[in-house]
Amino acid sequence: MTEYHLRTPLSEGDVQKLVAGDLVFLSGPLFTARDKAHALMRRVGSPVSLEGAALYHCGPLILDDRVLSAGPTTSGRMARYTDEILGLGVRAIIGKGGLPGEPFQNRAVYLAYPGGCGAAAAEQLRVLGVHLQELGMAESLWVFEANEFGPMIVAVDAHGKDLYQEVRRSAQEKETY
Amino acid sequence: MKETVVEATVRALQRAETSLPDWVLQRIKEAAARESHPLARHHLQFMLENVAIATAKGLPLCQDTGLAVFHVQMGRELILDFSLSEAIAEGVRIATRVIPLRPNAVHPQTRQNSEDNTGPGMPDIILDYVDGRGLTLTAFPKGAGSENMSLVGMLNPADDPFDFIVKSVAKRAANACPPLFLGIGLGGSFDLAARLAKRALLNMPGESQEERQLLERINSLGIGAMGLGGDTTALGIKIEKAFCHTASLPVAINFQCWANRSATEVIQ
Repeated sequence: MTEYHLRTPLSEGDVQKLVAGDLVFLSGPLFTARDKAHALMRRVGSPVSLEGAALYHCGPLILDDRVLSAGPTTSGRMARYTDEILGLGVRAIIGKGGLPGEPFQNRAVYLAYPGGCGAAAAEQLRVLGVHLQELGMAESLWVFEANEFGPMIVAVDAHGKDLYQEVRRSAQEKETY
Repeated sequence: MKETVVEATVRALQRAETSLPDWVLQRIKEAAARESHPLARHHLQFMLENVAIATAKGLPLCQDTGLAVFHVQMGRELILDFSLSEAIAEGVRIATRVIPLRPNAVHPQTRQNSEDNTGPGMPDIILDYVDGRGLTLTAFPKGAGSENMSLVGMLNPADDPFDFIVKSVAKRAANACPPLFLGIGLGGSFDLAARLAKRALLNMPGESQEERQLLERINSLGIGAMGLGGDTTALGIKIEKAFCHTASLPVAINFQCWANRSATEVIQ
């Protein structure tokens, strides 16, 4: 378990060196997107460049320009978009619960932020801007400046290792169905 | 009197969103102390830090401030000259502005957001009548991450309901922000089982031998905090039962994330 402190946008080298189980703290711009933003981007494209980006599955609670609470949402709901989102240059998806690992091979990592920890996350984020605001507070594409955002766990790496999958498999082996 | 209920609703939501009940915190602390997996220990400690930050700052501990679910125990001798559901809805609207809460309630098809966490059927009020003339109101904001993993199984009476529960938890736990609290509804009908499961979460503390055995079996799965491996997959289980049809075996599992939020206000 190695600990990394990285800056966004992420390089190919950043992604290659991360191994499932490592701890990561990110600084620099983060982009949020969840259900509605993904559906809209599929139709009309992204309003921002996502080259090397860290995309955060998050529907924050914001007051004016202040981040009040901003933990991760369940990534599984966005699983149908993984391939095309990574195709836009995204190098890290941040969320909770995981995503199928295959689209990440050789190009990106999945980082797990502790679920439910919105108040702690808010202390590490400030608002830089917002897009797709017509989708409402939770569904907008927020641009945050992250300051040592973490601890996140590399749950799916670019080398084919998926921690969620391993845990699920071993749980199923313990109970024979 | 209506104002009293409105104000109690706001106060209950304020506490529920920014802190956790002592017994919930205690169970997380105990799980952190005995956890043998480093990643899971990390997560559990971060969760406790998060609650401390939220409580100190008076901010929602999770950005998913939930759907407005309330449990009301109303004295049989109490006569109200106003709509209880309207008073609670008014409290939810005020709480949304002042705490503030994230506007979460949307039309199921158009997905139009009411922006105030109310709408047809919302808030959801579970009402019981009790002796006396008091009114006890519990705010139980329910986040979608764990609610989305919940399910009802209409089993064959020959099936083992505990196998179904363990199998479902193994498959779904990671998305529901474990370590979990599990409300189980056993028996009744399709919808009664689901209601029993929600009531099980509301009734939580204290486990029977049957519940403890199920808890041990679930924790032996090794799913752990946030589904990345660990000793504690569930922090509590409650089973509520009702008689069912001789041809049926309904089983409902209501998942609740580690942030098992609730707060109660008593009005005399």
